[in-house]
Amino acid sequence: MSAQSAAPGVARASNFSLGGLLRRPEAGALLGLVAVFVFFTIFGGTGFLTPDSAAGWLNIAANLGMVAFPIGLLMIAGELDVSIGSMIPASSMTIAIVSGHYQQNIWLGVAAALGVGVLVGLVNGFLVVRTAVPSFIVTLGTLFATAGFVLGLSVLLTGSTSVVINSDGVAKQIFGSFIDQTFQVMIFWWLLATAIYIYFIHYSHYGNWIFAMGGDKESARNAGIPTRKLTIMLYVLSSTSAAFVGMCQALLFNVAQVSVGQSFIFNSIISVVVGGVLLTGGFGSIIGIFFGTITFAVVNQGIYFTSFDRNWSSLIIGILLLIAVLMNNTFRKMALTYAPKKK
Amino acid sequence: MTNATSAPVLELKNINKSFGPIDVLHDISLQLRAGEVLCLLGDNGAGKSTLIKILSGVHVPSSGSILMDGSPVSFATPRDASDRGIATVHQFGGTFPLMSIGRSFFVGAEPTKGWGPFRVFDRKKANEVAVKAVRDFGITRIEDGDRLVGGLSGGERQSLAIARAVHFGARVLILDEPTAALGVKQATHVLRIVNQAKKRGLAVIFITHQVMHAMAVGDHFAVLIRGSVAADFKKGERTREEITDLMAGGETMAGLEKEIEDYMSSHDGHPPPAGH
Ligand SMILES: Nc1ncnc2c1ncn2[C@@H]1O[C@H](COP(=O)(O)OP(=O)(O)O)[C@@H](O)[C@H]1O
Ligand SMILES: [Mg+2]
Repeated sequence: MSAQSAAPGVARASNFSLGGLLRRPEAGALLGLVAVFVFFTIFGGTGFLTPDSAAGWLNIAANLGMVAFPIGLLMIAGELDVSIGSMIPASSMTIAIVSGHYQQNIWLGVAAALGVGVLVGLVNGFLVVRTAVPSFIVTLGTLFATAGFVLGLSVLLTGSTSVVINSDGVAKQIFGSFIDQTFQVMIFWWLLATAIYIYFIHYSHYGNWIFAMGGDKESARNAGIPTRKLTIMLYVLSSTSAAFVGMCQALLFNVAQVSVGQSFIFNSIISVVVGGVLLTGGFGSIIGIFFGTITFAVVNQGIYFTSFDRNWSSLIIGILLLIAVLMNNTFRKMALTYAPKKK
Repeated sequence: MTNATSAPVLELKNINKSFGPIDVLHDISLQLRAGEVLCLLGDNGAGKSTLIKILSGVHVPSSGSILMDGSPVSFATPRDASDRGIATVHQFGGTFPLMSIGRSFFVGAEPTKGWGPFRVFDRKKANEVAVKAVRDFGITRIEDGDRLVGGLSGGERQSLAIARAVHFGARVLILDEPTAALGVKQATHVLRIVNQAKKRGLAVIFITHQVMHAMAVGDHFAVLIRGSVAADFKKGERTREEITDLMAGGETMAGLEKEIEDYMSSHDGHPPPAGH
């Protein structure tokens, strides 16, 4: 009896079914991605399908995706982090000041840049778990505080808001170089990160903890999950990921500026939502965020290959976002009401 | 009875609990023995859930001590309590609507397979065990562990939470109003499960508002009124009418609370004369 009762789930998993696909969090993201690809192939012509075009959206997707994954995890866990918008310039400036302005060893700069990320993440995490203040407000505070601190300190130390960093060698190669002069090495980091996140979130048991936390934080804690530690870790992850992106950009462009990175705040949230993560937490997938990020990047870059004005891309993204939110609710309802009909 | 001489599995000594300025529990002392069902009775807001949250590591008491098998223990987190074999079904929550039945069942205790750093969540095993556990509970409508918990009825979700606690509770099983969301059939099932657990030698704490349910399984009764133990007696020491009165007594007193306070503030802090 019991062996028989377990069989349907197993059988269903190994068979492909359209209904099964539609109930997954990434269903909408995949449809959206296909739609924008078709759209830009039609309106962008052959230019859109060239390697140069691919490099354009892959580079955007890779940088954005590194941040979108941890932001997505935070949103699945029921939290938010907007301070990443300051983390990117903060780490750029850190490595540029340490290794550019002060000419220190490049690895010291790398460590300092990532260290700033860990530090801000710890501050965010502790503030969120220790106070009852919503994480949006907490990280809005650290967004401005970090931005002000970086601006003040860089003017104080270097007398400028942009600092040159010339580097070569291994660090430049692995963090901030172009392959074939068009593809950023970040693309490899992003693909590697995708694989690691998929493992941790969907195969190891830690993923279960994050979904449980987003579903019902109190019940998750009652079930023995170290919710506070996990929350702090997720904030450290998002801050450090943003720091990683900022550091790589400084090495790539040989210059750091205090005023870049704010666009990552909204762009990452859009990618995550288009990727099928519920705004209320508890539901989503890594592969969905992956698709959502590519969708965003394709719209962002594909517009150049069409005859439309660049400004229309924001309209498309806005519409995509609204459709995604509506679809996510529909897909969630479908997933909830699903019960095996046959048998 | 026979096990009355052995050390209690759990013992509370002079437990107090306050949340900031709000005192919720006063000087609670209770003993819980293996193979015994303790029914915790009392009106809404009496502090029953707070008390069992202390026993399950959700809250740390403001003062007082907890002893397990005669030696002092402290539960800083729910994990500390569950590691010692205490499993609790809390009054609210306990399942995760957007997770599958198999995943929800094993939150915090996920079965894994594989080796070293490549251990993966064993979905097949989780689904099998979870589905079997709820089916053993009489809910035969569930046959697919991949179904989301949110698609189940309130009673089915409650049964899932109870099945989980029974599965993981090795020494102590705590059920906070487990029959509240259940139909007659499932409620009877819970009572049967409580009796089974008791026979297996577990200590059980059972919170209910239904005298019938309490009488059916209780060996030992404790009545909380406004955070204090107002009565503590064994099965057979009180009649059903007396127990009903005690449970309802809390209600009457809660209703009178404001009147008493008003009376006290207008009579130099003296309580009103007893009786009515
Ligand atoms: N976390 C908390 N903070 C403040 N007050 C609380 C908290 N938890 C419970 N209380 C208060 O403690 C009292 C007892 O609640 P509870 O233990 O849930 O009662 P019961 O389960 O007997 O109905 C209530 O007045 C409730 O408002
Ligand atoms: Mg209660």
